[in-house]
Amino acid sequence: MSANGKPKFAMYWAAGCGGCEIAVLNIHEKILDVDANFEVVFWPVAMDAKYQDVEAMPDGSITLTLFDGGIRNSENEMIARLLRRKSQILVAFGACACQGGIPGLANLSTPESLFAAVYDGISTDSQGVRPQAVWQVPEGELHIPEFYPTLKTLAQVVPVDYFMPGCPPEPHQIAAVVDLVIQALHGQAELPPPGSTIGAGYSTVCDECQRARSVKHIRAFERIQHLNHIDPALCLLEQGLPCNGPATRSGCGALCPLAGAPCIGCYGPAEGVLDCGARLLSAFASVVDGSTPEEIERCLDGIPDPAGQVYRFSLANSLLGGGKAAGDDEEAEQELSYEAAYHD
Amino acid sequence: MSDSFEPVLIGFTCNWCSYRAADLAGTARVKYPPNIRLLRLMCSGRLDPTFVLKALASGADGVLITGCHPGECHYLEQNYKALRRYLLLRRMLAQMGIEPERVKLVWASAAEGVKLAQEITDMVEEIRALGPLNWPQRHNGAALHADEKAVKEGTA
Ligand code: SF4
Ligand code: SF4
Ligand code: FES
Repeated sequence: MSANGKPKFAMYWAAGCGGCEIAVLNIHEKILDVDANFEVVFWPVAMDAKYQDVEAMPDGSITLTLFDGGIRNSENEMIARLLRRKSQILVAFGACACQGGIPGLANLSTPESLFAAVYDGISTDSQGVRPQAVWQVPEGELHIPEFYPTLKTLAQVVPVDYFMPGCPPEPHQIAAVVDLVIQALHGQAELPPPGSTIGAGYSTVCDECQRARSVKHIRAFERIQHLNHIDPALCLLEQGLPCNGPATRSGCGALCPLAGAPCIGCYGPAEGVLDCGARLLSAFASVVDGSTPEEIERCLDGIPDPAGQVYRFSLANSLLGGGKAAGDDEEAEQELSYEAAYHD
Repeated sequence: MSDSFEPVLIGFTCNWCSYRAADLAGTARVKYPPNIRLLRLMCSGRLDPTFVLKALASGADGVLITGCHPGECHYLEQNYKALRRYLLLRRMLAQMGIEPERVKLVWASAAEGVKLAQEITDMVEEIRALGPLNWPQRHNGAALHADEKAVKEGTA
């Protein structure tokens, strides 16, 4: 408890887009409850703060920390460890902290190919330049955070108390979690056991989806822009659109299929699903029509990027964790040659 | 690759065909290398791609999936399902940089002990030539964290 008697709150933005930070502000008047019940001690997006201030706090003195984004560099990891030490409840907040999220897709590429895309592309005029972790200038030595070979989830670096999925988590779910924590602080509710997923459901998006399922086989997978007509009442997967609903955790209210777009899996694997991608491979393969390898392959051509489709948000937390060459530049060329050979 | 490398293969067999084929190879004293660990499923249709990923992530150098010939599955069409899953899984594994030789699907009836033994022998040699996959070392145990519930208590 701080001088004014309020429990302390912190939030940190690691390797992610920052949408989670906006989502917290998006809980409307509930944000006033956060302010009334907590003292915000560290939240770089919302207020000025120094890492040293956090270091000076007693261990375990922050009651609740929301950590969004994955661990991409040494600074992300350093703050993850620091906040772990200082916090009683550490929440992996949002798809990136929980599952790696979109930045986790970089685990299919090597650091060098990522740098090449960023620093040698058309968006910069600094061709060939690469960030250096240590750099000598006349005034002395400059340090920037070290870029890691792969992106890790928060739980791959420090123990995490709760996981709150979503890209970003839905405002009503955030509000419910805030309420729960406040009630628990007043002894009026009990927190779920550590390691639980909070602010989400336990089954799948399909379970929440109102679209009707009827056919068992489809002849081709399509991209949404190539369909002339989308039946508003029928399951999108059955209309040939790869939809990640069958393996994705419920909690959003099946927002995307409701709006006519396939689920891309932002809530991560449903309860009991060990590997989101494997479950989706099964779901997609099961509806494919065709018995000969040729017929099946023709249908599968409609999913041009299977890894990106089935692991859109969960690659860093998948069984394989990424591609073989991730973090290994020597293997990069080899990997490309396998892929090229496959597509020949 | 050093001569001492002995590949570890996981083989998924169907109760009604390939498992019996392997049995037949045994009783007929047809030899195949001991590098493969055979696991019996009731049908190739039971093969969840998770099994294959888990085997590779846990250190297997290759995975052999086997089932009844098309049209001969005891559960009617489940081996077609296995084929569809396998073909999609293969595309994804290629994106991950895993050599296509490492995961194979082979049909073998209960009478084809010799054929199955030969397939296993060939696959072991192909993978020996490729070298170890070493996935657990590569991804620094990321796979072992896949189950979020395996959260350790206490602070770092
Ligand atoms: S696959 Fe997609 S569209 Fe079909 S029921 Fe599931 S969530 Fe709805
Ligand atoms: S439908 Fe899928 S992608 Fe859309 S918000 Fe829900 S979980 Fe996320
Ligand atoms: S029973 Fe053998 S593959 Fe189905």
